[in-house]
Amino acid sequence: MGRVLLVFRLAMKDIRHRPVLAALLLVAIAAGTATLTLGLALRGTANNPYTRARAATSGPDVVATDFNGDPQAPAQVGDLVPFEQAPGVVAHSGPFPVSWTSLKTRRTRATAVVEGRTSTSSAVDQPKLTQGTWVRPGGVVVEAGFADALGLHVGDRLSLGGSSFEVTGIAVTAAFPSYPESLDSFLVGRLGSYSLGLVWVPEADVAPLAAVGSEPVFYYMDLRLADPAAAQAFAAHYTTGSSSQQTTGPSAQSNANAPKTALTLYPWQHIRSEDAQILARAQLVLFTGSWLLALMALASVAVLVGGRMADQTRRVGLLKAVGGTPRFVALVLLCEHGLVGLCAAGVGLLAGWLAAPLIAGPGLLGAPNAPSLTLPSVGLVVALALGVTIAATFVPAIRAARQSTVAALDGSARAPRRRSRVVRLSAHLPVPLLLGVRLAVRRPWRLLLSVCSVAVMASGLVAVLVVETAAGGVSPGPRVTQAIALISVMLVILAAIDAVFIAWSSALDTRHAAALARALGATPQQLTAGLSTALALPALFGALLGIPGGILIYEAPKHSGSTAVPSALSLAVMVVVTVLVIAALTAVPIAMSARRSVAEVLESETS
Amino acid sequence: MHDQELGSVVLRARGLRKDYGKGEGLVRAVADVDLQVARGEAVAVRGPSGCGKSTLLHLLGGLDRPTAGELWVNGRRIDQLSERALAQLRRHEVGFVFQAFHLMDELTAQENVELPALLAGRSPREARRRAQQLLEQVGLADRADHLPSALSGGQRQRVAIARALANEPAVMFADEPTGNLDGAGTLEVLRLFESLHENGLTLVVVTHNERIAASADRQVSMRDGAFVGTTIVADGRENRPGPDRVEG
Repeated sequence: MGRVLLVFRLAMKDIRHRPVLAALLLVAIAAGTATLTLGLALRGTANNPYTRARAATSGPDVVATDFNGDPQAPAQVGDLVPFEQAPGVVAHSGPFPVSWTSLKTRRTRATAVVEGRTSTSSAVDQPKLTQGTWVRPGGVVVEAGFADALGLHVGDRLSLGGSSFEVTGIAVTAAFPSYPESLDSFLVGRLGSYSLGLVWVPEADVAPLAAVGSEPVFYYMDLRLADPAAAQAFAAHYTTGSSSQQTTGPSAQSNANAPKTALTLYPWQHIRSEDAQILARAQLVLFTGSWLLALMALASVAVLVGGRMADQTRRVGLLKAVGGTPRFVALVLLCEHGLVGLCAAGVGLLAGWLAAPLIAGPGLLGAPNAPSLTLPSVGLVVALALGVTIAATFVPAIRAARQSTVAALDGSARAPRRRSRVVRLSAHLPVPLLLGVRLAVRRPWRLLLSVCSVAVMASGLVAVLVVETAAGGVSPGPRVTQAIALISVMLVILAAIDAVFIAWSSALDTRHAAALARALGATPQQLTAGLSTALALPALFGALLGIPGGILIYEAPKHSGSTAVPSALSLAVMVVVTVLVIAALTAVPIAMSARRSVAEVLESETS
Repeated sequence: MHDQELGSVVLRARGLRKDYGKGEGLVRAVADVDLQVARGEAVAVRGPSGCGKSTLLHLLGGLDRPTAGELWVNGRRIDQLSERALAQLRRHEVGFVFQAFHLMDELTAQENVELPALLAGRSPREARRRAQQLLEQVGLADRADHLPSALSGGQRQRVAIARALANEPAVMFADEPTGNLDGAGTLEVLRLFESLHENGLTLVVVTHNERIAASADRQVSMRDGAFVGTTIVADGRENRPGPDRVEG
């Protein structure tokens, strides 16, 4: 027990002694654990918000519309009327007039689907107000997801088709998938836009708004069935025999009573499935992001641990000098980083759990239930944090513990390996590169970590570029966009931390060689330029590896389909900016180290 | 000092001072040292540990900057040079030999000797040829491809001496060159220094070794950062107390 306590106390003392390094380690691991927690928390909640919204809004079992997008065979509102009496239908609402028009706010523009409603409530599909009041003359209600994306609040004004309206309320519905899941599929792709949001307007305003853009007015009818579970069969039944109609919806019915019309029917299961796409996409982004961040965390932790080890050589020597066995020393080092890993798991769990409702979005009726973090999920997150930490710490800890006590007390860095070919080839390089390459290749694993770190970051950025290219400029929705942005920023920050620490570690254990080179006539500028260029070369390699990596990340979940490759220019800009930024970041610690007095370094160290 | 004399002076220091710390914590490592070394002269600097010998050597060779005083190497004032200019000086005008050898562990003996020539902008072929020639001169031609770890202490120091000679410096500084060597190693280095001196190389050596000191043209003694005496060895071992003054 006493030994365990001693290990713990020594570990805690060193964490307190180097709080900045410990904090950076924590951030690196917590970035991965938070994202994984978020993904796990949202798993299985995809259907939950729609089910709640459906219950709260008396959601329809089937939505029938006369809109089929076919100007040659237009449907008529009258075609919907027979559904009121169709077998299995126990209640209905509508038909409600629907069209689309341009929407402007002070900050943005969009296309809105406008659905006409009266002030009276309907038996089926009663949109649930989350804020404000229902539609009234001059006042409209905006679907919650759409309002969130546009930043609209009750009392704001917006323009529909050039006419000004006040936002009187924000509401959710189960008759349409929530924004940003597109209403376009409900409009059979005729608008060519995936960013349609729903606005309820006074019924009398639909026709004038449609007339502004010479758009058609069509109708929706909400049906409640005696057996909601039979909604798909109901839609399929009425689809049977519709051989001549060009509908792209899931079901088109040719009613026996109206055989020449083209109607489209949507069972509630289809709407739920469309609605769940929001969370499914967010989950995919978060899961992919969490694994990328976990990989990045692994590289970051390895870099940080390497830096700490280089800084702790003398401490290891002292521990061994006072009787610590190599095993004891390794335990202290592992315990130290394990503690930080455990804290990072806790921070990640809390951050992910708190962020889950934000990602789920307000378009659904409230947030999903408090994310259900099961014991296995918590275990997975803790295992990831500890796994990353132990994997990155184990080898350096064992190596440090086995180091000669005398050498460790001297604080001398591990002897570098000889690279004959590099030495021979570098003789032909300009002096700064000669120095930089020779100094950098002394630690090939560090260069490999640099490649990995930049490759993971670049893969993430390229995946974002691929998403943008594939979406053709259409937003995947604010929450997914935020998740992507958050993960991208974290990847960039971690890569920047890695770059600085790789440079710092390199400067630390090449200080003797660098001082000697200066004693022989190299300038600090030559050393800084040479070493930062030599460290930027792996960054170039990593950035180039990130191109296929990013495309693979995007393509992996798909099993077919074409590949959306970002433009050569955007990829080139990504690579060049990455290399320049890494070179600039690495130059800072190297330049600071190169300013130390040569005499001081050479006097304090022996070869 | 006459112009003729100035022409033969390779190294000249006047009022050289180096302080560390401030106020009550101020430590004067080198206190107003005056020194001049003629071309081809060998000067041994002696004194107890911590008296400022190594610091003086670092100042003279441009590895460190003085707090005050003036310093000329080969007729050029260097105490106010930029870091870049000091690097140029170290590259072309001076050579260093350290007590701890300070060889690059991952480079062979020949690659270590080639390095200063490469830094000075010589072609790899020229640097290699020069290194081979120098290793032959120090008697290590057969050890050219050995790593420092495969060499004895004396051999390492001979490699370090060869490296210091790579760019044909005007003056070579050696800081306790035999301090880390056994008897045999000390003898190897001693013979080499004598040979270099006989060939006209200007040497400033910080040493505790009697024989190296005795082989110098002049010995200066230091205590508490200042010169406290000079012995002209070549001129009948004349003892002259007091600091080594530059005649004006």
